[in-house]
Amino acid sequence: MHMADALLSPAIGTTFWVGTFATIAYVSRKLKQQIDDKLIPLMGVLGAFIFAAQMINFTIPGTGSSGHLAGGMILAIILGPHAAFLVIASVVTVQALFFADGGLMALGCNIWNMGFYACFLGYPLIYKPLLGGSQRPPRIFVAALLSAIAVLQLGALSVVLQTWLSGKSELPFLTFLLLMQPIHLAIGIVEGFVTAGVINYVRSARPELLDSLVAASSKGAAYSLKKVLATFVVLAIFMGGALSWFASVYPDGLEWAITKTYGKSDLPEQSWGLARVLDKIQGKTAIFPDYRFQQKRNGAKESAAARPESPPAISVPGVIGAFLVLAIILLIGVGIRFFRR
Amino acid sequence: MTFDQKYFDIGRLDRLSYQDTFMHRLDPRVKVIATILFLLTVISFPKYEVGGLLPFFLFPVLIMTVGEIPVMFILKKVMLVSPFALFIGVFNPFLDAGTVTVFGGISVAAGWLSFLTIILKFVLTISAALLLIATTSFPGVCHALRLLGCPALLVSQLLFLYRYIFVLMEEAMRMIRAREMRSFGGRGAGIRGFVRLTGVLFLRTVERAERVYYAMLSRGFQGDLAILKRSRLVWKDMAFLAMTIAMLIVFRYYHVTEELGRLAQELIR
Repeated sequence: MHMADALLSPAIGTTFWVGTFATIAYVSRKLKQQIDDKLIPLMGVLGAFIFAAQMINFTIPGTGSSGHLAGGMILAIILGPHAAFLVIASVVTVQALFFADGGLMALGCNIWNMGFYACFLGYPLIYKPLLGGSQRPPRIFVAALLSAIAVLQLGALSVVLQTWLSGKSELPFLTFLLLMQPIHLAIGIVEGFVTAGVINYVRSARPELLDSLVAASSKGAAYSLKKVLATFVVLAIFMGGALSWFASVYPDGLEWAITKTYGKSDLPEQSWGLARVLDKIQGKTAIFPDYRFQQKRNGAKESAAARPESPPAISVPGVIGAFLVLAIILLIGVGIRFFRR
Repeated sequence: MTFDQKYFDIGRLDRLSYQDTFMHRLDPRVKVIATILFLLTVISFPKYEVGGLLPFFLFPVLIMTVGEIPVMFILKKVMLVSPFALFIGVFNPFLDAGTVTVFGGISVAAGWLSFLTIILKFVLTISAALLLIATTSFPGVCHALRLLGCPALLVSQLLFLYRYIFVLMEEAMRMIRAREMRSFGGRGAGIRGFVRLTGVLFLRTVERAERVYYAMLSRGFQGDLAILKRSRLVWKDMAFLAMTIAMLIVFRYYHVTEELGRLAQELIR
C-alpha cells in the first residue's frame, strides 16, 4: 500500500507533503483546543497497538493466503478523525523510517492515502451516517464494512494517480487502475470484517469504553458536513491544479497492489517478486534480438503518446565514467575503513 | 520477512544509533535537513539519467564508513523491500517503445534505462532513510522535527509510539505464541480468532494507556512533553551541511560521471 520514493516526481511528492502537513497542522490545532490530556498517552499507545496487531496473522477464508490489519478505519472509529489522523501519520512515519516502506519523500503521499480518506471521508461521510446513532452490532458491521471498502478504493485510486502523474514508470493508467482497484476491493472487504469484528468485540466486552473515548477526543466538536465539503472542494481544486500542471503521460506503481494483497511479509508476494526478477534476468541474458522484437511489438501498439523526456544516447565516456565513479566511491569507503583500524 | 524479524530489526537500528562517531554527534536537525535535500535531489533526476545518479552513492558510503554502520545490515534491508521496486520498474523495458543508441551502433529499449534509474533511486532513497535513523536515533529525529517547527502534538505522538512499540510487540508475541501452542492444523488461525485476539490486545492497550497516564500525571504531566536537552548548532554542523549542499549541487548540475569518463578516455590515448 506504500507509494515509493523511486517512482515519485519531486512535484507530486511536494504537493502531497504540503497537503499532508497542512492537515497535520489543522488537526493538531483542533486537538489542542479540545483534547483531554488523557488522550495523549492513549494515542501513542494505540499507534504501537497497530504495529503489534499487525504481527498477528490470520488466514483469509477461501484463499489460504494470510493478511493482517491496516487499521485506518479502526483508529478513526475509536479516536475520531482528528486524533486518528495524527496516529496514522505517526504509524506511517515509523514504517517509512524503520521498515523502509515507501520512503521519506513519499511519506506525504502515504500519510495522505492511508489517513486522509479514512479520517475525513470514510468516517464522517460513510460510517457515521450509516450508523445513525445506533449501536447495534449488525449496523456497525455494515457501516464498518462499507466504509473500509470505500476508503481502500480511494487510497488505491490515489496511488494510481500519484504514480501516473509522476511519470517514472510506463504502466498504462488504465491497466494499472484495473489491477489496483479489484485487489483493493478484496483487501477492503477483509479489512471491513476485521474492523467490524474488533469494534463489536470491544463494545461487547467494555461497552462504556468507546463512548468515553469518542467523547474525550471530540469534546464539543460538532462535525459540520458543510465544512468538510468546503474543505474537500478547496483540496480538490488544489490537487487539480497540481494535476494539470504536472500532467505527464505515464502511470505506474504496482508495488502497492502486491504489498497490500499479501501483506508485507508473506511468502506468495516474495515468490512473485522473485519470479519477476528471474523473468527480468532471463530477458536480460537474451540480449539484443529480443530487444528488437520487443520494440517492434510495442512500437506498433503505441506511438501517439508524447514522450516528455527523450532518452539520451549512451556514450563511451558515459560508460567508462560510470565504472570509474563507482570504483572511486568504493575506494573511498574501503579506504576510510582501512585507515580507521 | 516475519514480524519477529521486523521487531528484531527495529531493535538493531535503535542500538546502532547509540554509537558515538562523528556522524552520530552531528546535530539531528542538520542530518534531517541534509537527508531531505539529498532525497529531493535524487528524485529530481529525469527518468533516463543513469549516469547522473551514480555519484550520489558517495553519500551513503561516506555515512556508513564514518558512522560505522554495518554495510551488510543496510544492504539486506534494502534487498528485502526491493521486489516492489523491481516489479514496477520491470514493465518499463517492455512498455517504453523508445530506443537508445549505444556506441557502436547498437540500440537498446529506452525502458532499460528508466528501469535502471528506478532501481538506483530506490536503493539511494531507502538507504538514506535507514541511515538517518541509524546515525540519529528515532528520538533524535523527533526532537529535530520539533525544533524545526513540527506540531508538538505530532512529535509527542511519535515519541509515545516509539516508546511503547517494543512493549506492545512483546505483548502481541506472547499472544501469538499462546495461540500457536493451542492451535492444531491451523485451527484458530482464521479471521474469528484474529478479531478476538486483536480485541483483547486493544483492551490491554487501553488499560496500559490508563496506567501510563496516571503515572505521568503523578510526575507532573501537563499536556506537553518537555525537552530538557537544548541542542546548539556548532561549526561542525554547519560545515557538514554546507559540504552536503555543495556536493549535491555539483552532482546535480555537473555531469561528473561523463566528464570523468572523458578524462579517462583522453588519458588512455
